[in-house]
Amino acid sequence: MSAPTTDRPAATAPDEAAKPLAPISWKAPTGYGVFSVLSLVLFGLLPDSGRESTFTISTSKDFFQIDPITVPSKSTAILLSLIALGLAVFSYVETKNRRKVGVWLPAIFGVCVVMAFLVWADAGKDSPIPLTGLLQGSLFLAIPLVFGALSGLLCERSGIINVAIEGQLLAGAFLAAVVASITSSAYAGLIAAPIAGALVGALLVLFSIKYVVNQIIVGVVLNVLVIGVTSYLFSTVLKNDAARYNSPPKLPTIDIPVLSQIPVIGPVLFRQTVLVYVMYVVVALLQIFIFRSRWGLRLRAVGEHPKAADTVGIKVNRTRMRSTILGSAVAGLGGAFFTVAAGLAFGKEMTGGKGFIALAAMILGRWNPVGALAAALLFGFSDNLQVVLGIVGTPIPSQIMLMTPYVVTIFAVAGLVGRVRPPASEGIPYVK
Amino acid sequence: MSTPPLPDPEVPPPAATGTAAVTTTDEKPPPQGNTVMREILSSGWLVTVLAVVLALVLSGVLIAAADDDVQAALKYFFSQPMDTFAAAWSAVSSAYVALFQGAVFDTNAETFTAAIKPLTETMTVSIPLILAGLGLGIGFRAGLFNIGAQGQIILGAIFAGWVAFHLDLPAYLHLPLAMLAAIVGGGLWAGIAGFLKARTGAHEVIVTIMLNSIAVYLIAYLLTTPVLQNPGSTNPISPAVPKSAQYPLLLGDSFRLHAGFIVAIVAAIFVWWLMGRSTIGFKFRAVGANPHAARTAGISVNASYVWVMLVAGALAGLAGSAQVLGTDKVLTADVAASFGFDAITVALLGRSKPLGTFFAGLLFGALRAGGFAMQARTGTPIDVVLVMQSLVVLFIAAPPLVRAVFRLPAPGPRKARAARSTTKEVAA
Repeated sequence: MSAPTTDRPAATAPDEAAKPLAPISWKAPTGYGVFSVLSLVLFGLLPDSGRESTFTISTSKDFFQIDPITVPSKSTAILLSLIALGLAVFSYVETKNRRKVGVWLPAIFGVCVVMAFLVWADAGKDSPIPLTGLLQGSLFLAIPLVFGALSGLLCERSGIINVAIEGQLLAGAFLAAVVASITSSAYAGLIAAPIAGALVGALLVLFSIKYVVNQIIVGVVLNVLVIGVTSYLFSTVLKNDAARYNSPPKLPTIDIPVLSQIPVIGPVLFRQTVLVYVMYVVVALLQIFIFRSRWGLRLRAVGEHPKAADTVGIKVNRTRMRSTILGSAVAGLGGAFFTVAAGLAFGKEMTGGKGFIALAAMILGRWNPVGALAAALLFGFSDNLQVVLGIVGTPIPSQIMLMTPYVVTIFAVAGLVGRVRPPASEGIPYVK
Repeated sequence: MSTPPLPDPEVPPPAATGTAAVTTTDEKPPPQGNTVMREILSSGWLVTVLAVVLALVLSGVLIAAADDDVQAALKYFFSQPMDTFAAAWSAVSSAYVALFQGAVFDTNAETFTAAIKPLTETMTVSIPLILAGLGLGIGFRAGLFNIGAQGQIILGAIFAGWVAFHLDLPAYLHLPLAMLAAIVGGGLWAGIAGFLKARTGAHEVIVTIMLNSIAVYLIAYLLTTPVLQNPGSTNPISPAVPKSAQYPLLLGDSFRLHAGFIVAIVAAIFVWWLMGRSTIGFKFRAVGANPHAARTAGISVNASYVWVMLVAGALAGLAGSAQVLGTDKVLTADVAASFGFDAITVALLGRSKPLGTFFAGLLFGALRAGGFAMQARTGTPIDVVLVMQSLVVLFIAAPPLVRAVFRLPAPGPRKARAARSTTKEVAA
């Protein structure tokens, strides 16, 4: 299999030349323009006027209760769309003057368009949209995606493509459920989950580093293997004695005192299970260590230019092995979400393709922990939005909503969102 | 462009082509992935057989471990160890015998028809595996890792289904038109990935994975709309395929085997001709062997990517048509089952060659068909078949591991290789 970056010398050559007047890329402002106009027409101008949308903000547990907000649908959607259009114009001007805009622009743009969409979706409906619940659920559903994306990132930064995230999540979910059920302690399950992930990672290392098998093949096949083994054990051992082996207790929700009482942010960020708090820590640690530590520098060196790294005495394959197993353990931990964090018994193929979305989140986040977190939250949001709108009654079929993150990802990898560049040596085995 | 004659058409040229032909420009080695893929494809048949044996042994361990009798005997393992082995042997052998009887020939059956029914079932199940596997194999040989057979099968089924349900034509027009629609549907879906790869460099693995998911939701959606849903039904299921659009049955009404199997054979011959005998196939293989060298030789690498994906998608689309118009005769959201992913292992096991893929498809079809019988008769869940399949492919991909297990000598440097590279330089 060929890596796209090495395939296209013609396309990368102009970038490298870095002439003072490189052609301006109009993709971003064009994209913003199209989406803001679409939002203005579809959500603002076309619908009938005179209807109202309601959002609830407080949850019943909150100390400060805030009344639900009711807004006129049409004018609010038009206002939000016009703000988005303004941002698109700003982006156009900045691009024309060859200035770069920060991350804030796509963020605010996204919030405006999504809010315009929500206002439109709830127009004239009796049930309000629970804003806090929507965000809380989004973060919850994003947990496996964040862990999976971090796993992929750790492996790929060191040059090993990890397509087996799906299998690692599933293995983590399985072992977490079994261990938590046997010990009747959810926390024991949380400790077992990364071990299962690391075992799958060890197989990935064995075949991709020792036997130099194509890493994508190994990943795909390991996914099938894990599905086969867990489904087999589920149908035999777990089904025979579900009470003993497959009834994991649920991780308790922990309120962080004071912080959890802040309106909106409190319940969303600080009224979660311990797995979410671990996630914050892992994202922060990886962001610092990958880019600011000796370990991280070596990791990236091995993924970008293994020969150079080897020349200065870094053990390439040992570094790759360690980071792959560490990354796989992270994915395994994310697998605990499906059983002990969600409070569900293990089921066949219960990860349902989340590992592949995690892979997409990693790419969308440009192999960067915070970026991966943001992308995973985006996917979690669209996932949960579909659930919430299903309750409110949405004018859009749920399947189309569910499709959205995948379409967004294709646009992202096709370069419409900006150039995504993988680590230069990913997928290329290093043989001295 | 004039294509130099290739001494050995079945073996893609070694990396020497690029360097021998292009000594004046910068000498880029082919991407490592291509070399690795080629090594997998060219390892010996003995390793294949041993890999299957090893996979069966390891799956046997899993079957034995989950067996109740074995677990009971394990409790007194140290006083009477033979009990454990006897229980394990009986569990594993009965499972494998049931697997064989369900896949090839049912020795317990009373009539001859019933006895050979398993074999025809195996052939029926293997049709989509062979067709999709052939398509994926073309991609692998051109250096494209297409994981999207699942989505392409679904799109092929949607297109074929639409033609079957909405047009009222005589059989000699209806079936070919539905097949053509399947080819177009699968080809277009895969073509998206090929086009994006050629145009923007978007990685085909990610794009095809995403297209798979989109296809799953697309068919679920269409089955709730009049486009595909049975009028008057509230379930997500299509009307039955009219007789005029069905693949004719090959062996009469008592068997499910249909003409899709002939389509699979024809497709295998077509792929053999395409990859081994045609100019376009030569370009595909050249791109797979070394895209840099191919580009220097005047082959449009980007155009090849698009064409490879179109052909691969067309074959996967045909696999979808075999399911809708032949095996199921109705369209549901589960039309592709896991054929798209199994086809990856089929293509890898078949070393991406048409004949190999054909037999690999039959083998995995047999495992699947036999798996159902095994589950029904001995209670061994069919999931163990997934374990077997993945182990087979893992072992085949890592010949050194298999050789280490069976203590085979490592193959020495081949004389053929040296001879071949000299002829190459002459040809270049």
